[in-house]
Amino acid sequence: MTGVRSRSRWGRTFAALALLASTPLGAQQAPDRSKPPAPGPAPMLTLPAIQKFALGNGLRVWVLEQHEVPIVQANLVVLSGASADVPGQFGAASLTAAMLDEGAAGKAALALADEVEFLGAQLSTSASFDASAVRLSTPAAKLNEALGLMAQVALTPDFPTQELERLRTERLTALLQARDDAATLSSIAFPRLLYGPEHRYGTSAGGTESSLKTLGVGELRGFHRAHYRPDNAVLIVVGDVTPGTLRPLAEARFGSWKAEGPMPAALPIRQSPQPGKRQIYIVDKPGAAQSQIRVGLVGVPRSTSDYIALDVMNTLLGGSFTSRLNTNLREQHGYAYGAFSRFDMRRAAGPFSAYAGVQTDKTADALKEFFNELTAVVKPVPVDELERFKNYTALSFAGEFETTGQLAGKLEEMAVYALPDDVFSGYVGAVQKIAPGDVLRVAKQYLLLDRLVVTIVGDRASIEAPVRATNLGPVTVVPVADVMK
Amino acid sequence: MRSTIRALVAAAIVAVAAAPAGAQGPARLAVPYTEFTLANGLHVILHRDASVPIVTVNVWYHVGSGSEKPGRTGFAHLFEHLMFEGSKNVPEGSFDTWLEGAGANNNGSTTVDRTNYYIDGPSSALDLMLFLESDRMGYLLDTMTPARVDGQRDVVKNERRQSYENRPYGMAELELDAMLFPPGHPYSWSTIGSMEDLTAASHEDVQEFFRTYYAPNNASLVIGGDIDPVKTRAMVEKWFNEIPRGKPVMPVAPPAAMLTGVTKKSMTDRVQLPRLYLGWLTPGTYRPGDAALDVVSSLLAGGKNSRLYKRLVYDLQIAQDVSAYQQSQALGSVFMVVVTARPGKDLGEIRTIVDEEIDRLAGAPPEAREMERVRNQIEASFLRRAERVGGMYGKADLMNAYYTATGTPDYFEEDMARYRALDPADISSAVGTFLPRDRRVELTVMPEAKK
Repeated sequence: MTGVRSRSRWGRTFAALALLASTPLGAQQAPDRSKPPAPGPAPMLTLPAIQKFALGNGLRVWVLEQHEVPIVQANLVVLSGASADVPGQFGAASLTAAMLDEGAAGKAALALADEVEFLGAQLSTSASFDASAVRLSTPAAKLNEALGLMAQVALTPDFPTQELERLRTERLTALLQARDDAATLSSIAFPRLLYGPEHRYGTSAGGTESSLKTLGVGELRGFHRAHYRPDNAVLIVVGDVTPGTLRPLAEARFGSWKAEGPMPAALPIRQSPQPGKRQIYIVDKPGAAQSQIRVGLVGVPRSTSDYIALDVMNTLLGGSFTSRLNTNLREQHGYAYGAFSRFDMRRAAGPFSAYAGVQTDKTADALKEFFNELTAVVKPVPVDELERFKNYTALSFAGEFETTGQLAGKLEEMAVYALPDDVFSGYVGAVQKIAPGDVLRVAKQYLLLDRLVVTIVGDRASIEAPVRATNLGPVTVVPVADVMK
Repeated sequence: MRSTIRALVAAAIVAVAAAPAGAQGPARLAVPYTEFTLANGLHVILHRDASVPIVTVNVWYHVGSGSEKPGRTGFAHLFEHLMFEGSKNVPEGSFDTWLEGAGANNNGSTTVDRTNYYIDGPSSALDLMLFLESDRMGYLLDTMTPARVDGQRDVVKNERRQSYENRPYGMAELELDAMLFPPGHPYSWSTIGSMEDLTAASHEDVQEFFRTYYAPNNASLVIGGDIDPVKTRAMVEKWFNEIPRGKPVMPVAPPAAMLTGVTKKSMTDRVQLPRLYLGWLTPGTYRPGDAALDVVSSLLAGGKNSRLYKRLVYDLQIAQDVSAYQQSQALGSVFMVVVTARPGKDLGEIRTIVDEEIDRLAGAPPEAREMERVRNQIEASFLRRAERVGGMYGKADLMNAYYTATGTPDYFEEDMARYRALDPADISSAVGTFLPRDRRVELTVMPEAKK
C-alpha cells in the first residue's frame, strides 16, 4: 500500500541543488482549519505503450520502457502452473520451477548462483496456480549476460538428483514448520475445507507431504518438456532498455528454443460447487494467543465480467484501512490488529475470504462481527460511502505502477489472463461508472450467507464452547493432520 | 499497519549501498533537494521527482522507544497509533477516511530511535495531506480522550499477540533485547513493550509525551514527488508556521553498552525445530565498522555461496535456514546470526560450525571474487531503492534518515562510498574486532515437550 515511481536520474551525475529564494516568514494569516482542503482534480497517470513483437521461434516479447533508473526487470512467464499438475502429482509445477536454477546447461547450482550474484542481478523461479515464471532484475549494463543465465535456467535445466533430494527435504521440513504458525495453518485449512482434497485449489501449489514424496526427476522433466515452450510463454521486459536493443539479445538467448510436438491440451479446471450449507471448522492450536478466523466461499474467475464491481465492493468490505471489517474489528472493538477480505481470482473460481487474527477470548464475539458485516454488505450501501471507496480504488491505482517489478507483474497478469491492452488505462473510468445497484447486485450474487465456510485456527479448549454458543452454524473439530494430508 | 518494524531496519540499511561500476567508472549518485527551517524549528526538505503525479509527505519525530520511561515500555509505539485517531480539526476516524477518499495511503512505524509517518497520494491532495499532518503536530491533545487511548491500547495488544506471542520464535526476539543490553539501557526493552506496561499507559502519559517530544523543533519533514517547490514551500508555511516551538529535547545519552562475557539462555516455544541466536553489540549507524559488518552479514548468509548457508544448509544439510544481519541503530548496533536446525540436528554442532566460519573470516580476508560479488549485490540494491519515492524506505524516508543521522539529506553517495572503500582486509579486521566469541549472547529455542 505505497505510492510512487521515481524519475530522478540515479546512477548519472546529477547534482542540481536549485536553492530557492526564501520567502519572508511571519505576516501570515492563520490558515483556515474549519474544513479539510478539497483535493483538486485528480491527475492522470499515463502509462507508456507496451511494445510487442515475436522472435523467430514465435516467443512473444513485450517491452515497457522505463528509463529513470538503469535497471531492467525481465520475466519469462510460462502459461502453465500448479493447475496443470496431474492428480497424485500435486506440487510438480512448483518443484519444477524451484529446480530450474539448481543446475542448468551443465553448470552446478552454486556456479549459477555465483554468476547471477556477481552481476548484481537477482533471479527467482516459482509457480502459481496459473503460471510458472523465471524473474530477473539486473543492472541495465549487465542485461546481456543476465539474460543468458536466465535462458539457461529456463530452457535447459539439468534436474540433478542430489539437488532434487535436497529441495524435497527442505520442503518437507517447511511443511512440518507450517504447523507452528496459526496464520500459515489457516491459509492451508481454509482452501482444503472449501474445495476438498481432490480439487487442485484445495491444496497449496507446493503440494502435500505424500505428493512431494512421489515426485521424481522424470515427473519434473516431463512437466518441463510439456509446458516450457515458446508457444506457451511470454517474455516481459520492463526498464532501461529499448525494443531495438533487446530484440537481438533476446533472439540470441531465446531464439533456439523449440517446442516439441503439439501443445498439450490444458487440464480443465473444474468449477467447484459452493458448499451445500454453512459450516464452521475448528483446527486446534493449543495455547494460541489469537485465533485465525477465515470466513468465505468459492469466489469468481479472473475473467468475470463483474471484476470492477467486485473490486469496489471488496475495497469497501475489507480491502482498505477504512473498510467496514477493519473499522469494526480493529477500530471499534479492538479485537484484532487488522481485518481484511479478498477475492483470489484465477482461471477458475478461486476462494473469497474475510480474515483476521483475533484475541482468543474474543473469538466468538469477533466471529459474530464478521457475520454482521457480511450481512450488512448485502444491503444497499450509502451513496457517500460508496463514492469514498470508488475514489480510493480509482485514485490509489497509480501507486501499483511504481517499480519495474510491479509493472512487470501487471503485464504478467495481462499475459496470463489474456486481458485486453486497455485493461489498466481503462480501469479508473470503469471504477467511476460503478453504481450502488452494481455493488448490491454482486454482493447478493456472490456472498451467499447460508453457504459460508468458516475456519478457526486457535486454542480449542478456550474457543469451542463460545463458538458453538453463537449458533452461527454447525461446528466440526478437524485435526491438523487432516488438513495437511 | 502502524507497525513496529525494528527488525526491518537492518535490512533497509543493507539495501542502501553503492552505484553500478559502469564502463566510465563509478557514477555519482545524487538526489536534488532544497531545504529550509521554519522559525519554530521544523526542518523541511523538498525533493522533486515528477515521473508520476504522486507526492509523499514523510515526517520523522526524533523519538523512539529508547526515550520511554521505566514502567512504560511500548509507549512510543502506542503513541504512534494515537496520531491517526484525530486532532482538533479532524474528527476521530476522519484522518483515514479523508485520505482514502482522496486516493491516498498512509502509515507509520516506531523503532528504538525514531517514529516516522508517511502519506502517499495524488499530487492534487497535497494541501489536504499537509493540513492533516500539521493538525496532529499542533493540536493532537485538543480532542484526545482516555477512550481513544483505550481503543488503541487494545489494538496494540493484539499487534503484540499477532506479531510476537502467536508467531513462532516471536518471544525469543523479545528476550534478546534484555540479554544484549544492560538493565536501564534504552535498547534493553522491546519497541512493542510489555502487556503490563501497555495496560498502565494513561491519558496523562499521552499529554506529557506529546508536549515533550512532538514539537516541530524535534521533527523533520520531507516532501517528495511531483511537487512545485515554490508552491509547496508556501503550503508548508501556511500550515506549519503557527505551531509553537517546544522545549529543547535532550538527546538520549546512556553509557555505552558492552558485553563482558558470554550470556547464555535457553527457552522453549511451541515450535517444531530448535533455533540458535548469536548476538553481538557492534558500532552504531555510520560508525567505523558498521558498513563492513553489513558486508560480513552477506558473506556469511546472503545467497547460496555465502559461507554459513553453503556449509550448514547446502553441504551438510543440518540447518533449514540461516540468516545474519547488522541491525544498525544510533546508540549502538546489534549483529545477529540466526540458524534453525533440521529435525534431530544438534545446535551445539551448528554453533561450532558458525564459530569456525567466523574464525576463518577473521583469520584470512575474503577472496576478491567473493568480495566483489557482495559489493555488486549491494550496489544493485541501491539502484532498486531509487525506484520509489514514497512509502516506508522510499527515497523520501531515506532522505529523512540521512538528514537525521548526518545532517545531509542527500547522503546517498557518501553512504555508498563507505562500501566502495572497504578492502578484504577491512572485513577480516571487523570480524576479529567486533564478533568475539567470548563477548556475545547465545539464545537457544527448543521445541516444547509433546504432551
